Amino acid sequence: MAKFFAVTIIVIAILSAIPILRHTWVAPEDISTHGALIDEQMSETMAEAGISFLAAQFVLAIFIWKFSNPGPNAKTKNFPGGAKGLVIAALLVVGIEVLALGIFGVKAWANVYLTPPSANAMPIQVQAGQFAFYFRYPGPDGTFGPLHPELINESTQNFYGLDLDHDQDSKDDIVTAEMAIPVNKEIHLLMHAKDVGHSFFVRELRVQQDFVPGLDVSLHFTATKIGKYEIVCTQLCGLGHYNMKAYLEVMSQQDFDDWIKKEAAMQ
Amino acid sequence: MATTINQPPQIDSHRLPDEGHSGNGGWRNPVPADGGLRVALDYSPPASSTGIWVVLFAITMMFAAFTSALIVRKGSSLDWKTFPLPPILYFNTFLLLASSVTLEVSRRRVAAFMGGMKSQVEDPARWLYITLFLGLLFVGGQYVAWSQLRAEGVYLATNPSSSFFYLLTAIHALHVLGGLGGLIYVIRNLNKSVLQRSQLVATARYWHFMGILWVYLLLLLWMKL
Amino acid sequence: MHDVAAHAAHHAPPTSFIRKHVFSLDHKVIGKQYYGLALLAALAGMVLSWFMRIHLAWNNAAIPGLQLLSKTGAPGGLMTPEYYLQLMTMHGTIMVFFVLTTAPFAAFGNFFLPIQVGAEDMPFPRFNMMSFWVTFTAFVVLMSSFVLGDGPTLGGWTQYAPLNAVGSVAGPGQGLGVVLWATSIGLFCVGQLLGSLNFITTTLDLRVKGMSLLRLPLSAWAWFITSCMGLTAFAVLMPACILVILDHVAGTSFFVASNLVINDQVQPHSGGSTLLWQHLFWFFGHPEVYIAIVPGIGIVSHILVTNMRKPMLSHRTLIYSMGALAVLSYMVYGHHMFVSGMNPFSSLAFSFPTLVITIPSTIIVLVQVFSLYGSKLRINSASLFSLGFISMFVAGGVSGFFLAQPSIDIMLHATYFVVGHFHMVMGVAAMFGIFAGTYFWFPKMVGRMMNETLGKIHFWLSFVGAYCIFMPFHYLGMAGNVRRYSTFTDDFLQPLIPVHRFITVAALITGAAQLIFLYNLIHSRFWGKPAPDNPWEATSLEWSAATPPPFDNFGGKHPVVYHDPYQYGVQSSVGDYVMQASPEQVKTEHDEQ
Repeated sequence: MAKFFAVTIIVIAILSAIPILRHTWVAPEDISTHGALIDEQMSETMAEAGISFLAAQFVLAIFIWKFSNPGPNAKTKNFPGGAKGLVIAALLVVGIEVLALGIFGVKAWANVYLTPPSANAMPIQVQAGQFAFYFRYPGPDGTFGPLHPELINESTQNFYGLDLDHDQDSKDDIVTAEMAIPVNKEIHLLMHAKDVGHSFFVRELRVQQDFVPGLDVSLHFTATKIGKYEIVCTQLCGLGHYNMKAYLEVMSQQDFDDWIKKEAAMQ
Repeated sequence: MATTINQPPQIDSHRLPDEGHSGNGGWRNPVPADGGLRVALDYSPPASSTGIWVVLFAITMMFAAFTSALIVRKGSSLDWKTFPLPPILYFNTFLLLASSVTLEVSRRRVAAFMGGMKSQVEDPARWLYITLFLGLLFVGGQYVAWSQLRAEGVYLATNPSSSFFYLLTAIHALHVLGGLGGLIYVIRNLNKSVLQRSQLVATARYWHFMGILWVYLLLLLWMKL
Repeated sequence: MHDVAAHAAHHAPPTSFIRKHVFSLDHKVIGKQYYGLALLAALAGMVLSWFMRIHLAWNNAAIPGLQLLSKTGAPGGLMTPEYYLQLMTMHGTIMVFFVLTTAPFAAFGNFFLPIQVGAEDMPFPRFNMMSFWVTFTAFVVLMSSFVLGDGPTLGGWTQYAPLNAVGSVAGPGQGLGVVLWATSIGLFCVGQLLGSLNFITTTLDLRVKGMSLLRLPLSAWAWFITSCMGLTAFAVLMPACILVILDHVAGTSFFVASNLVINDQVQPHSGGSTLLWQHLFWFFGHPEVYIAIVPGIGIVSHILVTNMRKPMLSHRTLIYSMGALAVLSYMVYGHHMFVSGMNPFSSLAFSFPTLVITIPSTIIVLVQVFSLYGSKLRINSASLFSLGFISMFVAGGVSGFFLAQPSIDIMLHATYFVVGHFHMVMGVAAMFGIFAGTYFWFPKMVGRMMNETLGKIHFWLSFVGAYCIFMPFHYLGMAGNVRRYSTFTDDFLQPLIPVHRFITVAALITGAAQLIFLYNLIHSRFWGKPAPDNPWEATSLEWSAATPPPFDNFGGKHPVVYHDPYQYGVQSSVGDYVMQASPEQVKTEHDEQ
């Protein structure tokens, strides 16, 4: 049974590795300007994790095969070098490996989170509430009107609680259920939570960020490929969490200008 | 090639059997010359000594969590309103610290009594009763403080600052009540002549800790409220 | 006067049924009670997982009988989205608290720690009894949320704010359900703190003559280290539970920010901090997962040594590594919060200790694996599950490489990759530790052997089955499959549904295999072959006690310890080992490292 167990471990290890090597289930194509570093980190980590995984399972299996069911006169012996060599190997090899990953990963993280948006990034506000995303564009005046939570009314579609009668800045704000952005233009996404925690995740854009009730957070990114992508909520927000999504349309500048004119007219 | 025969633990000549200390732990059990197991066991620290440190550590962690909650909550929004602490709190502090003093007095007297000087100590439990009484006064005084705040319209949910005030003082008072329970247990055992010194030591440590904790909380509330 | 000897409060042997089996002061009975509770909880948690998996794989199919559990949650057996989340929350809460903290630590630890140090009981038996009954009450309170109000809370076992604090406007179960959850967990914390009190004092103060700390078996060290972690972790979770209950019943706003609007109504709370909950919860939550795994590491090492007939390459290294895991576990908790809105610098700060914690984990695996070299490995149910533990711990651990890095976490946070990671280490490896411990210690606990054939069948089905279930979770996560979804409506998730169906089938089969274990447990309890005192030819003190041990463990005599815990590979009068309590002098080839 021991030998069969050893073989099973090896077979399982190899079978587990196959979908990874064949890229059967992978993240979709990166359409962001910052994602290349993230994908590179992922590949490096996969290589290191994969090798560690396979090596450990193989050694375990080999030792089980070799040292089980010994003969009657077998004597036990220790691995040459004892634990000291192993501890040093772990400290050096794993230590250097993880620190390298950590240090090289800093840039990938910093590009998204520790750099400010550029001055000409286009601001768009997104509000997450049970169970939909709504987007707001500032309109020609370039300013967002103030929010009045007590005025929020789903049935009249006043999702943001705008006071169009009294707030000048709100009059030209454009509220949409879909997020359209021009390709190759940096976006400064202002994130506002209406009720509970939500999250903004676009796989292709390599961004994920929680909405924090009481704290307005922001993200900035640039999309490089025209297309239609899904924005999904990834922070459990209630019974409709599974269905909370919106579409991100990356368009040419011309198409975007047409789109925003059309949306403005529908306000 | 090495042999592993039982190496008798080295006799630690610097440490005499001292019930008050637990830090040395049982791993230096001195082996007496006659090899008598019973005597060796006598030298390990009483479990209540270690145990009470464990308890105090857990209580510290809990109040550390509440402290960080207070600090974060204060900084997360602009709605924190300070209010003057009811002055009776300072009197209550005096009561609690005085009870620590009386507890120490009673420890000396109980030690003397249990050490054989029965004839010179008429009522070994008297100072324990005084400590108990002061502790009860403290809790009563806290209740008066809460009543005073309520009379001014400051309740638990009035403001985050008042929330923390009530929360911290109430949970501290609950723990003080627990300490009072411990004192009652000690008095009962003393009166039945089955008190172990380690029980008194543990209870005393807990009680003094309640005082130290209260001074800390008072400082925290005074600074932040 | 000097003190009475430091030992467990002597208590006379119990006579009444209630004192013997219900309100018992005996740590062994308490250990068995905890085991029974964990078993019950595991069955409940497993059935909940079946409901979840079936719903995910065949979303529109009714599950016959589910409407008996909840008419509103599953009308006609068809699970509503909210009920899925409620079942999921209960699954997680039950498994993490009432199985993975209870069985490896409270059950086995209570039974065996006093015996392994040579004591006749724990020093505070009444607190110990209280700890079980408080934990049991916590379980009852939690389960009552199934039948009270509008059902259990649906916020996940992590119960993030403000969803956990705004009340029932946010969804079913978010009013009374949350209060019951928080009460249950608060009680659980009290129970575990009482337990830690006993474990720590037992280890430090009750060791018998000759039992230095380094002569303690690895399982005893694991329980001691775990109880230290528990002391710190549970003492922080309890305040968090108190604060959230106050937000519900007292109108406070610890966690609920201002100007939140639900159903067009501005909520009455103001100024609270969403992230405060996450900091408090994960300060507890990360050490909690090490509380779940460290006893398994100790138990598995202990079992492997016996079955390898040689001690570990370095006893001390394993102890230090478990200690390092415990210390580091407090510095890494922010890795659950990388994209939470926390300061991004903090994310980087937390990622480095998270990466560093790989090192002691690796050392542990390396020492365990390389101790197999040159061993005389015996294959039985206990050793199979122990070896399986190593394989699973590696499989689950390497996915930690990814999740430790904030930049990669952007893609993997809240996906099935995370679910795969923690199920591999907790749901499988820690469970394997529990199984290994059961097969190993059952003879000592009840005096009968378990059926080896059934044990091996249980192992094979569980080992292969667990890989089939949880390895694909990682692939799903990499493709972006978001977690905590009751249904997959997004376009990109449709192609992944066949994978979910494969997983569900594997889960049902593996789950059924656990019933083999349950049958084995019950059948062997009454009709198993009578067990000798030392069926595994093992060395630690529990094997010197009678089978099962009498109420004071060693029959009124205190053992004396003459040897290090794992003297195997020696020549003695009984074979290739010498027991810790045996005064026989032997020669050994293995130096202590």
